[in-house]
This record gives sequence, structure tokens and C-alpha cells, in this order.
Amino acid sequence: MEGFGGLSNSINGLKQAFRNGETRAVDWRKSQLQAILRFLAENEDRIFEALKQDLGKHPVEAYRDEIGVVKKSAEHSLLHIKQWMAPKKGQLPLLLFPSRAEVLPEPLGTVLIFGSWNFPISLTLDPLIGAISAGNTVVIKPSELAPACSSLLSSTIPLYLDNKAVKIVEGGSDIAQELLQQQWDKIFFTGSPRVGRIVMSAAAKHLTPVTLELGGKCPVILDSYSGSDLKSAVKRIAGGKWGPCAGQACIGIDYLLVQQKLAPVLIESLKRCIKRFYGDNVQNLQSICRIVNKNHFDRICSLLEEPGVAASIVYGGSLDRENLMIEPTILLDPPLDAQIMTEEIFGPLLPIITLDKIEESIDFINARPKPLAIYAFTNDKKLKDRILQETSSGSVTFNDTIIQFICDALPFGGVGQSGFGRYHGKYSFDTFSHEKGVLHRSFFPELEPRYPPWNDFKLEFIRLAYNFDYVGLLLHLLGLRRLFIPNRAR
Amino acid sequence: MEDLILSSSENNNNNNIETAVKELRETFNSGKTKEEQWRTTQLKNLLCLLMEKQEHIHTALQHDLGKHPVESFRDEVGPLIKSVNYALKGLKKWMVGKKADLPLAVFPASAHLVPEPLGVVLIISSWNFPFGLSLEPLIGAIAAGNAVVLKPSELSPASSSTLANLIHTYLDTKAIRVIEGDVTVGQQLLQQKWDKIFFTGSASVARIVMTAAAKNLTPVALELGGKCPAVVDSLSSSWDRKIAVNRIISAKFGACAGQACIGVDYILVDKKFASTLVEVMKAAMLKMFGENPKESKTVARIVNKSHFSRLKNLLDDPMVKDSIVHGGSLDEDNLFIEPTLLVNPPIKAGIMTEEIFGPLLPIITLEKIEDSIEFINSMPKPLALYAFTNNETLMKKLSTGTSSGSILFNDAMLQYAADSIPFGGVGGSGFGRYHGKFSFDEFSHEKAIMRRSYLLDFWFRYPPWNDNKLQLLRSAYRFDYLGVVLIILGLKRS
Repeated sequence: MEGFGGLSNSINGLKQAFRNGETRAVDWRKSQLQAILRFLAENEDRIFEALKQDLGKHPVEAYRDEIGVVKKSAEHSLLHIKQWMAPKKGQLPLLLFPSRAEVLPEPLGTVLIFGSWNFPISLTLDPLIGAISAGNTVVIKPSELAPACSSLLSSTIPLYLDNKAVKIVEGGSDIAQELLQQQWDKIFFTGSPRVGRIVMSAAAKHLTPVTLELGGKCPVILDSYSGSDLKSAVKRIAGGKWGPCAGQACIGIDYLLVQQKLAPVLIESLKRCIKRFYGDNVQNLQSICRIVNKNHFDRICSLLEEPGVAASIVYGGSLDRENLMIEPTILLDPPLDAQIMTEEIFGPLLPIITLDKIEESIDFINARPKPLAIYAFTNDKKLKDRILQETSSGSVTFNDTIIQFICDALPFGGVGQSGFGRYHGKYSFDTFSHEKGVLHRSFFPELEPRYPPWNDFKLEFIRLAYNFDYVGLLLHLLGLRRLFIPNRAR
Repeated sequence: MEDLILSSSENNNNNNIETAVKELRETFNSGKTKEEQWRTTQLKNLLCLLMEKQEHIHTALQHDLGKHPVESFRDEVGPLIKSVNYALKGLKKWMVGKKADLPLAVFPASAHLVPEPLGVVLIISSWNFPFGLSLEPLIGAIAAGNAVVLKPSELSPASSSTLANLIHTYLDTKAIRVIEGDVTVGQQLLQQKWDKIFFTGSASVARIVMTAAAKNLTPVALELGGKCPAVVDSLSSSWDRKIAVNRIISAKFGACAGQACIGVDYILVDKKFASTLVEVMKAAMLKMFGENPKESKTVARIVNKSHFSRLKNLLDDPMVKDSIVHGGSLDEDNLFIEPTLLVNPPIKAGIMTEEIFGPLLPIITLEKIEDSIEFINSMPKPLALYAFTNNETLMKKLSTGTSSGSILFNDAMLQYAADSIPFGGVGGSGFGRYHGKFSFDEFSHEKAIMRRSYLLDFWFRYPPWNDNKLQLLRSAYRFDYLGVVLIILGLKRS
């Protein structure tokens, strides 16, 4: 644990380590990535235990969403890091021959990563993998709302990673404020838009670039379906709503849009699915997280207390405040101006909004802030095209949910209110790098027309040069051009 | 000449600004700016503007900065023509996006990355290259399909009004607007909600811009400056020396009289080579700018009294004044400062702690040229680093031992015209980048689109959970497909 005075010293230590070049060599970076893998392998049970304590996360969900994700990221980085670090050739115009140009990635320096409480392991370690791969020194501030995980990271990561380069700083909002006063070369933040604003304002004082991974109300559009496809879609929807952290997930499904006449069949199918996945009694729910703390529990409950909302519940709604459990709940057409439909729910309540025609979902989505993800279950090409062209979101997934999260080739990030910047795979490396242009020229030959004193010949030369008109240039140099281009007005 | 300066009659109070932004948003929402045809037409019209109105542009730059028409062409109009052509050529391909590779674990599936415009964007440009720094980002914003407000700098008023007039004549005013004005107008613009703000200017204003952007979580690109050093090695060949000096002198004094974010700010040289360097420089300056640079009109003037005073103050320090070895004369009435060389002014003086942004060139001597690395690293990261040397080892040391927006060996400022190299800063020189396709990308959101099918729904994706499913997930993550099959067949245990 760091006292406030110790914080500056620690950060200066990291900056010094960076200046000394300790984090640049590929071997160092690989060793840190391997250390993360060892941390995961040797502490799996402790990680499961911490996640169970903080969120009631089942080990299988914990593996799928946290350990497995980080493991895969570290392995992917180890496989590709040399390639990522290598300069990429660029091209310069023939006019500048002989010359060469390349783009060389370099680390930004000392970076700050804010983790979130819903995926306390993966949302801290996945960005860390990017920061280390890119050669930076790092401070991680895990969320204090997941204290067991925060404490596990704080006590155990130093046993695996290079303490001169990676530090975990625990604490609440006062420590966060203290951290934000310091000068960083980059801040990577996962969390709510409200705190995102605070982070970006603080970063503005030092002109620090930031990446903001926020959330939003991620909709799922369900088009009309035949029997077996509907069953599959419902499994994926249920899995995408209650599967990741009981709905407390930035890319989790927030609400569902469906044509009115399909709603009854959908709801019945969902009910069956929920019972099979999670059980049917709030006291005996299985394989599903609890709500993180009393604050959020009360927040979610108050969503249900608004007029008209409770009446729209068609399944679930049971609450167990002592154990912070909320039953998977389905609501049918709650009032659109209720908070449950104006704010990100971040909980196990699924509003189903019915429409006359499924195409209305496009206007519905566009009337709201751009979300991190849009999901659509449909085989209708026209609808797919309209969704792609007329809506905007971090990503769009057809006929599944959440799965884009594990694809390293896909950039993961938001747009509009869901944030900016992105990571995963090489995008993590890039987000913590500066791509420096490196150009080489030779002293010979020289192009005199670049310099004053000015005359018409030089102007014409420059004009032709910007047109890459090499034939014209040659003729111009040989004084032959005016034979071909009579009386050019200038 | 006065009648070539075009005025615009915009009445830029807050109401008008809000109305304008509302209109632009309606235009964007109508989908018009997303169409390839619209983007191409705007770019082509921009090209016509550049081809047909060069005289007006040169006149405005002459008025605002005393720039020679050839310098204006070389530094602003020429690169813009090149950039519009580059965008027209690449646009179709850029709009299509690309395919992404997916792991087998999600088979069957396909994924694409498709760029989409951000929406309504704000471009704030600077006074030193008022056309270049306004239109280069505008090219990117249009190519990416956005609606745009451009706020040119009021410190270059003729350019600002010419831009407004020309853009409103040639381009689609329902989607692209120029809003002129001073700090008050700037602040009013920052109150609006933008989908991106692209800012070129000073660090102090950048802080104001980013703080305002934070309220709406608006992404920003900041193109700032810094003290761009030129490291000059002891070149043995007199040809090399001549060429190196030509390039340095031209980049220092010949581009807006040193008022350029990627201009050479100061020189680092081995003390044994310094006097040779100064002599070659004096000769080059005489050749390029003549005996009387003010008369020759080959060196721009200082933009206004405030900046003139700022530069005058840098020279007022007696120890700085003593270090002048060439030039140093000031003409306040004409806002002209003679190209000036200084050798070893005090490191703590303003001329060495702030970005000079003027025609004063300090030459700092070092014991050995390798010391330049430590010297450079003691200052904020600049937008550009220049080094004139044939020593490959020194090149490598500079390249890996320092950080800057870009680094250019044996020339200066050329990176501005390189479409395939990103142009942007790092650390104190900013973040975000543009030029070439990077302009298009900077004003786009790359949307990830994943398509899955219903075949092969792995049951171990769903609860209720058990150990078997855990094993399968483990193997799936290792993309250990054989392992998955064996577990399914019941042939493999943990």
C-alpha cells in the first residue's frame, strides 16, 4: 500500500526505469508476459475464490470471462510481439529518391490503467498486456468495489512481474484523484461515462492521451424466427444478458427489441431457458453472479420501483437483499421514459420493447446514445444492411452475443458516449504505442528549385513535382516543356 | 490587391452558431455525407478551388504573413493539391474496409472492419499555414463522410475570410461551414456537442479545447509543436555540408520565417564544427535571401505585434543578445525580424526553454555529438527531430534513444508531404495524426462487424456449469481443437 507521498516517489521510480530503457528489450517484455501466464496458472484457485467473494462468480464463468481471456491475450501477444515491434515500411515519392521511410512503434512511457469491478481480473490484466507488450512502465488502479480481487492483484502480481516497472495501487476515489494529478504518458480507463469525464478533464491538464472504454445500452434486435433457430437465438440472448456478471457488463445485452406478435413465444422460450440455466428461485440461483454491492443493488431495485415498471414484469422480479441476488427478470414494454429505459441497467433486468415492425428498431436505437455493441438476430439481408449503415456503435454482431470480445483480430472500443480508443490483440499494443515516422534522405541529388530566390522556373518545377508529373519535370528541366504546352496562363 | 481579399458576411453570434450546428447535424443524419458520390464531389470541388483561386490564396497569405507566392505554393497550395488527389484516388478502397481473421473457436463466422463517419466534427486551425492547416484536415473529414465546421485563426484575418468565402462558394454549405471569429467565438464553438475536435495550435489553448471536449466525451486530436532540434554531425564533405545547410536554413527561415510547428527550432553541433557550420550558413542565407532579406521578400514576416514583442523579448536578455553572430535587426513597423543566428545562448534563457516560433536560430555546441541525445531528452518530446549525418550508428542511437512525432535524417520538413507516413505528435507535441489515409482514419470510427451462424452451437458455452464444460472452455481457449474433440468424445480427462 502506498501513502500519498510515497505515490509520487513510486511513479518517479517507474519513469526512471523507463528512461533507463529497462522495458524496451523484447526479452524483458516476453518475460513479463510469461510471468502473467504463470500468475494465472499458479493462482487459478485463488482467483476463482476472489471472484466468488467479490461477485459470486462461478469458476466456469470466471474462467471463460477472466482467466481464459487474459491467458489467450498473453499467448497471442507472445506469439506476435516481435512482429508488432518491427518497423513497417512506408513509401516516399520517386521525386525524393533515394530515400526510405518506415513507421517505428515506440512505447509512450509511464501509463495508468484504471480497472473496473465487474471483470476485475481481465479489465486490469488485458490492458496491462498491451502496455507491457508496447514497452511501457505501468501503474494499475484496480476497482475498490471488487476488494478481494484488488487485494489479490496487489499482493501477488509483485511476486511475478518486475516491480520496477509495474505497480498496483489500491484505494478508493481519493487515491484515484491523487493518481490523476500526476503526469502520465497515457491513461486507459474502463468504467462509467461520469467518471470518464473526470478522467479526461484531469488528463487535459497534462495533455495526456486517453482511451475510454465506457458502455451504454446495448440493444439486441430479434427478427422473426423458425423453431430451432429461435431456440439457439434465445440461448445466446440469455447467455448474453445474464451470463456475463448477471448483466453487469459493458457489452452485455441491455434491452431487447422484437416485433409485437413474436413477444409471447419469445418470452416463453426465455423463461424455459432461464430456468434451465440458472434455476427458478431467487434463493437457489446457480451459475449466475450476484450484484456487486448494496449501492448497486438498491440502484437496480429503484429501477423497478418507478410507476409502470413493476407492472411490466412478466417473469422474475424477486430480490434477496441479504445475498445481493436479483432473479433474472423480464419486463414487457416498461415506460420508455422510466430510468430502466433511459440509463444503462447494468443488472439482470431485461426489458423487452415491442414494435409494430422490426425495422422500427433502427430509429429506436438512433434516438439513444451510441452503444458499445449492437446485437441483431436476423437472416434478412436488407435489415442487416440498414442496421450497419444507419446505426453507429462500437461493434455489431449478427446472430450471437458477446463473442466479439474474444477475437483478437477485432478492435474492441466504443464510439460517441460509449467511448473512444480501442484494444485487444495488436490494437492493445498500438494503443500504448506511438508510431514514429522515420525518414532517410540522401545528400545527393539535390533539388535546387526547393529554395529561394524564387522565379517562375522554380514555381513550375514545384507545381509539376506535386503532381508527380515526372515526364513533365524532365521536360521542364531540359527546357523542352514549352514546346509541348503552349502559353500556360498562370 | 485589396479587392482580391474576399470577405465573408457571417454574423457569428451564439445563436447563429447553434443554428449552424443544428443544420449540419440534420444534414449528417439525412445520410447525405456518407454517400461516396457526395464525398467525391466535394473533394473534386475542393480541387477546383485550389486550382482556380490560387491568386486569391497567395494574396491573402501575402497580406497576413508576407509570404512569397512560391513559398505559399510550396508549403500550402501544392501539398493540398497532392492530398486531394491522393484522397480521390484512395477513397473507394478506404470506404470498403477490410476483412478480419477469426480464430476457429468461433467458427463458423466472418468479421469485417468497416469505417463509418463520426458525425459533425470541428476543425480548429492555426494562423501560420492557415490554408494548409485548415484544408488538410478538412480533406480527411470529408473523405470520411462527416459534416464539418472549420474555425480558422483570427490572427490571419485575410486568410480566414478568404477561406470562408471560397469554401461557401465551392462546397456544400449544408454540410461544411466556416465560422470565423476570435476567442469568444472559439469558446462558443467549444460549448457545442461535437463528434470529434481536431485542433492545431499551442499547448495552452489545447488544454482549453480538451477540457471542453471532456464534458461531452468528445475524442480530440491535438497537433501541437515543440522545440524541434536539428542535430548536425561534423560532415566531412563540403557538398554534404552545403546541402545540409540549405535544407536547415530553408526549413528554419524559409517556411513562414520559423513560425512552423515542424520548423527547425535549434541546432546541436560538435563544438569543433560550429564555426564551420556558421560560415556555411551565412553563405547559404546570403544566396537564398539576399543581402536584404526584407527587400527580397523571401522571408515571411511575423504575424502580429504580440508575437513580434514576444520574439523581441527573447533577444532582450543581454546574454542572449551577446550570443548573436549574424542578423539580429528588428523592424517593428513592418513586423520583420532578420534571419538571426546565435551561438550558445544560455540554456535557461527563454529562447532555449520555449518554442521560438520565429527566425532566430540558436546553435548549441556540445563536447561530442552523441551528447545531443541526452540534451534532446531533457526537453518535452518535439513534433519532429532532424539529424544531418552519415554515421549509421548515430542514426540508430537517435532513432531509438529519443522520442518525437517523427524523425528525419538529412532533410527537414519533408515529412509533411509524405502521404504514407503518419503526421502527428507525442507527449508535449500532441496526439492523434493525419495525412494520407491517416486523415481518413482520424475522422472515422472503425466498426467491427461479426456475423455468426447457428450451426455448431457449443453447448459448453452455457450454464448450468460443471467440470466438463470448464475443461472444454480451457481447451477452446487454447484453440486446442483436438483437445475439444477428445473431451467431447469422453477420451480426455483434466
